Amino acid sequence: MASEIKSTVFDPLVDNNPITLQVLGVCSALAVTTNMMAALIMSIALTTVTAFSSAIISSIRNHIPSSIRIIVQMTIIASLVIIVDQLLKAYAYEASKQLSVFVGLIITNCIVLGRAEAYAMKNPPVMSFLDGIGNGLGYSLILMVVGFFRELLGAGKLFGHQIIPVANEGGWYIPNGLMLLPPSAFFVIGLLIWLIRSLKKEQVEPADYQIHQVHRTEVL
Amino acid sequence: MTENNKNQGFLGNLLSLPNDNPKKTIIVAALLCLVCSILVSTSAVIFKPQQQANKAADIKKNILAVTGLLTEDADVDTLFEQFEIKVVDLATGDYADIDPATYDQRKAAADPTQSIELPADQDIAGIGRRAKFATVYLLKDGDKAKQIVLPIHGYGLWSTLYGFISFEADFNTVGGLQFYAHAETPGLGGEVDNPKWRKQWQGKKAFNDKGELKIEVIRGHVDFKVAGAEHQIDGLSGATLTSRGVSNLVNYWLGKHGFGPYLKKMRAEVEK
Repeated sequence: MASEIKSTVFDPLVDNNPITLQVLGVCSALAVTTNMMAALIMSIALTTVTAFSSAIISSIRNHIPSSIRIIVQMTIIASLVIIVDQLLKAYAYEASKQLSVFVGLIITNCIVLGRAEAYAMKNPPVMSFLDGIGNGLGYSLILMVVGFFRELLGAGKLFGHQIIPVANEGGWYIPNGLMLLPPSAFFVIGLLIWLIRSLKKEQVEPADYQIHQVHRTEVL
Repeated sequence: MTENNKNQGFLGNLLSLPNDNPKKTIIVAALLCLVCSILVSTSAVIFKPQQQANKAADIKKNILAVTGLLTEDADVDTLFEQFEIKVVDLATGDYADIDPATYDQRKAAADPTQSIELPADQDIAGIGRRAKFATVYLLKDGDKAKQIVLPIHGYGLWSTLYGFISFEADFNTVGGLQFYAHAETPGLGGEVDNPKWRKQWQGKKAFNDKGELKIEVIRGHVDFKVAGAEHQIDGLSGATLTSRGVSNLVNYWLGKHGFGPYLKKMRAEVEK
């Protein structure tokens, strides 16, 4: 049991990471990683929503009619997201201003619905809660890493504190503006996936096609 | 999923129905909607006072910041009491007899009886409707205004930017510009919040000697050797549309369809 809990929570960090292995939830990873503070708040919000939505869905899983199960899941997820959004607006006003629409967009994050459908519908509430926490942490880890590189290279800052003196303030570093644009998150996530799959060969997917060996005779 | 015959709750009868039973489907859906809507509305009601307090404090803070009065540990409410708040009739430029404490310009802009619809050629700020009256904040030194704060808003790239612009006693020199609500791209258009960029507005002249509105956000950097540099502000790199939006909204609100008539009157009064 203990090992099951451990693997449920820690597997999604690297071995079964929702972003780098399953390539889910990438859209918000592009949007909120321009600075680490926004990424951190977003991570907390998503982890909370995933954990509680999984637990709630799991606790009523035996009574969800299969014909409307996605709607039921979405309703629960959407309600939780609204509550989290209201909470942020009340107690973390500055952060919620910065995240603006992206908190609301957690509703459409594939990770939340993915965990509900793939795990919470088949497992008891406590395990589903832990699964939600684990996957939320996996998402958070990638967000923080991407946010680290984007904020550091794009603005010379970390959590809003100047780390590298930038050129237009008299320093030596000319910030890379591309790092603040969404494409850079693609590059960073791509490099991360490459790194993880180089270290953990079992994550490499089999090729969808095989390169055909052309023989000299065929060409002629 | 269908083998669900254990009675677990007080809704035993219902729960023992197979999951694909239409009656159960409808009841489950209805119950779920009920519970979720109660949760959502409860959270909205519980957090509302706190959220409104946040918003009001934020607006006060921004008004103070735009005049340069805001300091790290100052009490926002005490500082804010220095302001004389008035409501201006935008069409004539005169003060209107409306209680500023109860007047909400943002609400009025959405109310057809309190606002006018803007024809497309006038609506450079992309706001659609404009309230007939606007709130202004005067910081007085004896009888004379030494600073004035005007609310402005307009469309950027993704969102409507709401903010304030302040003027010095001559009603021409910009004291500052600040937005308190927008959803522009963080790091690009979101740089309208950057203190360094906002600082450029300080000391710029909105109008030239002939009283023509000249202020604009240009592309790239301002060349201070060129005539007219005192009316220009650097564009934000990577945020052409937000920069253009800010330029348009400032021009709209300072122009003849916005605070133009009011500012003209106030300038005339200063020159007297």
